[in-house]
Amino acid sequence: MMTLSIRNATKQFGNFTAVDNISFDVAEGQMHGFLGANGAGKTTTFRMALGLLTPTQGEVLWQGRRISYADSPDIGYLPEERGLYPKMKVQDQLVYLARLRRMDKKQAEQGAKDWLERFEVPHYANKKVEELSKGNQQKIQLIASLLHNPKLLILDEPFSGLDPVNVEMLKKAILDFQKQGATIVFSSHRMDHVEELCDDMSILDKGKLVVHGSIREVKRTFGKQNVRIHSDSDITALGTLPGVEKFTAQRSGGVFRIADEAVGQHLLARALELGPVRQFALEEPSLEEIFIEKVGRAHV
Amino acid sequence: MYSFWIIFKQAFKTKAMTKSFMITTLVVVASFFLLANLPSIIDSFDGDDSSQQTLQVVDKAGQYTEALQAQLGQQDSTIQLEASALSEEQLRSDVQAGDIDAFLVLEDDNGVTARYIAESATESAQAAELENALQSLQTASVAERLELEETELAQLFAPVEMEREALAESSKSQEELSQARGLVYILIMVIYIAVIYYPNMIAMEVANEKSSRVMEILISSVSPVKHMFAKIAGIGSLGILQMMIFALAGYLAIQSSGSDLTEGVFSVMGFSEVKFSTFFYAILFFLLGYFLYAVLAALLGSLVSRTEDVQQLMLPMMILIIIASFIAFSGISMPEAGYVTVASYIPFFAPLVMFLRVGLLDIPLWEPLLSIAIMLLTIGILGWFGARVYRGGVLMYGSSQSLKDIRRAIKLGNEK
Repeated sequence: MMTLSIRNATKQFGNFTAVDNISFDVAEGQMHGFLGANGAGKTTTFRMALGLLTPTQGEVLWQGRRISYADSPDIGYLPEERGLYPKMKVQDQLVYLARLRRMDKKQAEQGAKDWLERFEVPHYANKKVEELSKGNQQKIQLIASLLHNPKLLILDEPFSGLDPVNVEMLKKAILDFQKQGATIVFSSHRMDHVEELCDDMSILDKGKLVVHGSIREVKRTFGKQNVRIHSDSDITALGTLPGVEKFTAQRSGGVFRIADEAVGQHLLARALELGPVRQFALEEPSLEEIFIEKVGRAHV
Repeated sequence: MYSFWIIFKQAFKTKAMTKSFMITTLVVVASFFLLANLPSIIDSFDGDDSSQQTLQVVDKAGQYTEALQAQLGQQDSTIQLEASALSEEQLRSDVQAGDIDAFLVLEDDNGVTARYIAESATESAQAAELENALQSLQTASVAERLELEETELAQLFAPVEMEREALAESSKSQEELSQARGLVYILIMVIYIAVIYYPNMIAMEVANEKSSRVMEILISSVSPVKHMFAKIAGIGSLGILQMMIFALAGYLAIQSSGSDLTEGVFSVMGFSEVKFSTFFYAILFFLLGYFLYAVLAALLGSLVSRTEDVQQLMLPMMILIIIASFIAFSGISMPEAGYVTVASYIPFFAPLVMFLRVGLLDIPLWEPLLSIAIMLLTIGILGWFGARVYRGGVLMYGSSQSLKDIRRAIKLGNEK
């Protein structure tokens, strides 16, 4: 069943088109990764999904209906611009925000305690948010977005500004939350996070949806592979062979991007002619490469 | 409704718990007690001062000291005269040495003339009292010389009787008016401060939520309109609570001072002739004024991205309130002036000016009702308009902070 469905959504601010006719569905219980450079329209898409903005054209449906404030208890949101009351105590703040989503007070209090425990910060419960480090504020922010057990969780850059240990902790929490049946959409600038966590993904560029589908499918339809050859001899010359789209030299060899698998075998044969080959591998392209290829520039 | 109450309670609680709110409340309550007891406090200081002042007199004619003393006695003056045995020169050196503060020289030069010699010319209170007494003395002595009868003398000194009579039956008698004036003045002051203080709180609150970016979470949870009105209602209730604390404190302070409300300082305030309707209207116009300006403040607060910009954007609103206060305060002495009547129907001035009119004049009931209706209508329109601006404004971030942003905000709100 399609829970979140974005259909031909366009959003214009005056003459500026922030989101240009995009359509995609997120199935129930799926984790969907949303990629795009700064200003690509990710936040605008999220705001439309949340009902904060109404599409100029098209529509965003949640379980077949337009999202309204009646759905508030079912939705959780972590905005890109972190926002909490700086002077309010962590526990009070979490309970307040959960109650705004119509969670029961007792449950909210218990839930806040459990989550703080899980994120190893129970001692911050009675501290003001402004006294916390950025990373810990982010934990609180994530708790605030999912404390009320939403069915749809929208996370705008959930891992930015965190150290690797905390990234792992949050990733685990988000994965567990998905296992409980939540549908999750998140944006990230870290392709490896998307690759690791998501079932489906899409890439947005200047308001247009340039890539969409399951990660496996996206990689397959990208139709390109990488050939990695490590050799004792100089194989730079092979980079100019027909069928090689791109060659990246490395310390003891290089990576060739090819569109046709047969070219890979050909490359191996030619490399062997030059000398012994220490390593030969046919690799899937990384999302990073797909992204750069599709968007035409490195993602920031 | 559930989330409305949560925001309402939160707005009320967090503001009530702030140090600034508690301190303000305490300071005002304390100052009430201080003010109420001011007369007795002043008296206790006066106690030391009221010891009799003795003034050396060199009476060259030798006939005025006693008469002057008698005249001073009639004026309730505490000055005691003492005919000095010393010469003027000796007394001068005494003044210079600081042994005495001042002395008086009386001479007969076709009527009494006097010189008051003191170390500095600032001892004027005593000198003025003496001058007054001497003037009366002079008049009496001239009258005596002219051989006027006692009745003629009485006629000469008879005070002018001037009574003001208002012809319009509706207007309150002059006596009633001056009594009502004090109370109305105080209540206008209270409303004036309240419509500045609490709406400012709202604007700051909204701007704070915007600048800390918690707003985006809030309005993704509850509708911005609900959020805005819950906040206004919450802080409004806090305002009512604070006003009630002040009223109670004022009452207790006056009680504690042991003075009768109809006496002394308080008679000026008109508490003796308090009409219930005056208080009723005060509360009503306080509430209407608050809602009117609170909606406006929320609207303006939603436009800024940084709290530092709030004051700048609030300026037009503050000017409106200040103009209203000018009209109201100047209208206290002439509540029937044309511009006061006109202003009492202009919604942004009405909370102060219409209250002034109902407090001081006996105007027909339809006049305040019409003014209230206009205000309610304006609050409705402003609420509807404010909600649209607010909806867009809270999502709008940028450096600009001008009223032009209202258009942008409405557009953004409409696109919703």
